[in-house]
Amino acid sequence: MMEWLPLAMVMVSLIAGVAIFLLGEQRQLARTLLNLGAALVKLALVAFISMLVIVDQAPEFRLALLPGLDLVLRADALSLLFTTLSAVLWLITTVYAIAYLERSENRARFFGFFSICVASTMGIAMAGNLFTFFIFYELLTLATWPLVAHSGTRAAILGARSYLRYTLTGSAVFLVGLIWLYGLAGSRDFIVGGGLDEIGIDEHVELRIIFVFLVIGMGVKAALVPMHSWLPKAMVAPAPVSALLHAVAVVKAGAFGLVRLVEDVYGPELVAELGMGHLLAVAAAFTIIYGSVMALRQTDIKRRLAFSTVSQVSYITLGIAVGGVMATTGGMVHLVHQGLMKITLFFCAGIFAAVLGVKHIDQLEGLGRRMPWTALSFTVAGLGMIGLPPMAGFVSKYHLGAGAVAVGAWWVIPVLIASTLLNAAYFLPLIKRMWMDPEPDQWPHPVTLSRLETGGLVVPTVLTAAISVLVGLFAAHPLSPLSWVLGIVTEYFP
Amino acid sequence: MTMIAESLAGLVFIPLGMPLLVLLLPGRARGYLCFAAVLALPLCLLPLTQEVWSGNEITLALAEFHPPLGIVWYLDGLALIMLWLTAIVAVPVSLHALTSFPPNEESGRGFWPLWMMLLAGINALFLSADLFNLYVTLEMITLAGVAMIGIGGKALALKAAMRYLLLGLLASVLYLLAVGLIYGQTGALDIYLVGERLETGHLASTALVLMMTGLLVKSAIFPMHVWLPAAHGNAPGPVSAILSGLVVKVSLYMLIRIWFWIAGDWELPAAATALGLLGAGAILYGSVAALVQPRLKMVIAYSTVAQLGYVMILFPLASVGAFRAASYQLLAHGLAKAAMFLAAANILKSLGTDRLNALTDLDRKMPVDLFAFTLAAVSIMGLPPSGGFLAKWLLLEAAWKQDAWGWLVLVSVGSLLSAAYLFRVIALTCFHPGRRHGPTRWQPPPSSATNAALILALLAIAAGFTSAPVLDLIDASLPPGGIWP
Amino acid sequence: MTEVVFVLAASLVFGIGVWGLLIAEHLLRKLLALNVMSSSVFVIMLVAAGGNASPDPVAQALILTGIVIAVAATAFALALMISIYRETGRASITDEDDDDR
Repeated sequence: MMEWLPLAMVMVSLIAGVAIFLLGEQRQLARTLLNLGAALVKLALVAFISMLVIVDQAPEFRLALLPGLDLVLRADALSLLFTTLSAVLWLITTVYAIAYLERSENRARFFGFFSICVASTMGIAMAGNLFTFFIFYELLTLATWPLVAHSGTRAAILGARSYLRYTLTGSAVFLVGLIWLYGLAGSRDFIVGGGLDEIGIDEHVELRIIFVFLVIGMGVKAALVPMHSWLPKAMVAPAPVSALLHAVAVVKAGAFGLVRLVEDVYGPELVAELGMGHLLAVAAAFTIIYGSVMALRQTDIKRRLAFSTVSQVSYITLGIAVGGVMATTGGMVHLVHQGLMKITLFFCAGIFAAVLGVKHIDQLEGLGRRMPWTALSFTVAGLGMIGLPPMAGFVSKYHLGAGAVAVGAWWVIPVLIASTLLNAAYFLPLIKRMWMDPEPDQWPHPVTLSRLETGGLVVPTVLTAAISVLVGLFAAHPLSPLSWVLGIVTEYFP
Repeated sequence: MTMIAESLAGLVFIPLGMPLLVLLLPGRARGYLCFAAVLALPLCLLPLTQEVWSGNEITLALAEFHPPLGIVWYLDGLALIMLWLTAIVAVPVSLHALTSFPPNEESGRGFWPLWMMLLAGINALFLSADLFNLYVTLEMITLAGVAMIGIGGKALALKAAMRYLLLGLLASVLYLLAVGLIYGQTGALDIYLVGERLETGHLASTALVLMMTGLLVKSAIFPMHVWLPAAHGNAPGPVSAILSGLVVKVSLYMLIRIWFWIAGDWELPAAATALGLLGAGAILYGSVAALVQPRLKMVIAYSTVAQLGYVMILFPLASVGAFRAASYQLLAHGLAKAAMFLAAANILKSLGTDRLNALTDLDRKMPVDLFAFTLAAVSIMGLPPSGGFLAKWLLLEAAWKQDAWGWLVLVSVGSLLSAAYLFRVIALTCFHPGRRHGPTRWQPPPSSATNAALILALLAIAAGFTSAPVLDLIDASLPPGGIWP
Repeated sequence: MTEVVFVLAASLVFGIGVWGLLIAEHLLRKLLALNVMSSSVFVIMLVAAGGNASPDPVAQALILTGIVIAVAATAFALALMISIYRETGRASITDEDDDDR
């Protein structure tokens, strides 16, 4: 019976998605109930599976798609980290999205694909081998494409086209790498430490090429430079989509894939031995700096946040590429921390744009007084991104830096410092404008309401902001993401 | 054993008897009788499947006459898969035809007898292992197919039908000439006997070239595809689905049979590579042409040209893996392409046009048809989970195993191109900035027509989960010689 | 010796058929050309199977069937040709203005 649980995790959202399509555009109440119900069921499932994993009865679902090639869905500590993050943030984002899209068109389509998108993310998180990962990775592309194009404007269609071009080309490369790897090493499940080291030294060149292919496949979604340029263009999507895209679904799927690749397919030792760790670390470091510099040059709020994502997600890659307990911990925990902070920032940007029509950074002046809760959340998340102690961002950066020093990768320190300075340079002016500058006479949208902050939008925002503060403040607590990640990482570095 | 003989006979003679039988019946009853005949096909296949499954190949000498004079029916795993494809596609297509070709109207009076004749021809062809019988059944299929294209009586369709017929007859003449040459040398027509007796040499090579050329024309393999887009793109309603889903597969199947069962151990690497290159041309040319078509059915028709190209990669690879891949591709493409054409038929009939720029807003007008089209597109693009994905995976794996990097890259590029032309269509249907500029007057298709498309599309996706029995059948019916492990 | 004559004659007839199929514009001519080609193929089949020995019944049967099929196909093609003539007013398919509409 238990073996169906991982499949149920995926199917809950998938069925919800299909049901939403069938309900049609008009049945709003039923749709809302279905959305929230599915999200709650998913949370309960995550909790239940977590308990099973803790008592060492991790469920596993297996279905042969081709002889010797199984679709495997299973729960382990790493996948639960990601599923918990997605399940929690999905619930919050659903609340936000229902409020955000009130009275807009095509909501059935939006929420349908939204659910399928989450189903694919769950599949990615629970995938027990690279083949399964690939299947859901492709499904994710399919499900997010209509969300990016949702508004149907010219910019949205072009953004979606660019997204497809990058991701489908990336997955073609991924598929070749996957076929090659399975041809060389046989199909294998994810296991701690990889287990590819049994392959002889003769094949090391091939293993290197395969590694590069797979990194390209995942790097496209993780927005690793130079495969990042779809991400800023995809900014045309509605705010809840951007929030989910950047915090949980697409970008994170790529980063999570890189974690699986390094830790569970090749294993940290082999990656280091092949010299691929350095390569990946350099690419990540370059992306971090490049993304920050580009973010500084953007004047559109969402574009600035998008380039910030390019930069921040590469912390995850940097951590696992550098290796060692501390740095890997820093990278993996950023998976959670960045998700919480970035979703808050996008929620805020969505509220600014929807309520007051504020899209440009100059228009933020005096917003703090008009929308104190939203501005506060933005401030908190922004400071967290900069890495101000004791915020979540600091916890990640501290572990990254200390870990890099521990394995002798001193060059990471200047990268982190430069990135922090740049983060400050592109977040602090916004925060200053919101709180210090005087309110303008007129906002882009005419203000008709006396109270600008409505519950459906602000409560989720404040909630994610609060969680992002808590995970930083109580990082040492045994139930914090950090402790969880430490537990995972110590398995890889006994 | 008697059940076996009766089932075999049923496959051919149930549909063959229909055209005569329906003459005795009034209008509507004809359609239902034919539909019942189609439903009987899977039932006939069940005992045969059981027999082949248990490891036996079935042979049946008709009226106890044995070769060379008599006709022998022969059934192995590969033929069985093709028979199943035919039966599975035939049911939803017939369901669709009940409304698109109403049996009591002029178009239905033309369609149903021809469709039955075509089915009888296809089933008989898959049961034949005799070069001349293959010729006769193939002619039957071509004539019925051409006649079906012309049913609506539109000038475009009639011309396309005529072009198809002329090229088809030319191909038949070439094939028949080769049969004559081979019979002259071996005194046999049975594929297995010919395979044993035919000595390599000028005569045999000439015969092989003639035969392959004829079949390449009938299968519309690039650059002999010229007749296909117009014929499949202009054929009325479900006829396109029948032609793209089944009819081109038939000659492609013969191509595979003759190449591997007769010339399997002839060592013809250059010719095999040439066949593969034709496939490469088909993939690239067909995809690019599909990308610029202004009409939906033409996009789908050119997509068929491209998709058939993947099967041709079997010839240069010639391995067990490639054999699995090609067979799976035939199956997956048959299901997905039939679904696509049925959905397109519904769209064309409802809107009165299938010009792409008239399809904006389709997601509100005909969401289920669009959904069926999209599911089929997932399979055609080779995205998981679908039959098309498994076929692509098997093909890539087969290419990798032989270090055939060129073919591997070709398949990858081909699937990207297919994504390009299919996403172009899907994007236009629901994300066009000029929404609501499409036709304002339209009527929804009958729900059974929509369901027929949806059933086939779901089957195309389901094929992504049912590889084990299919691959077992393929593994049990590999060619006698000349194939890589 | 007679074999060579037969083969040469058949090849010549076959060539004429191909030429006619390619050159002719009127559909009736194209169909006739196809029939000419089939006839040459039947001759070659007869020679290939029979040789100088006694006539081969199987080959005769094949050719007979082939002729029947050719007649049927021709009859059908003629009907199609007439339909085309009724629709377009011409008995040819060479104009290429019909890519799409």
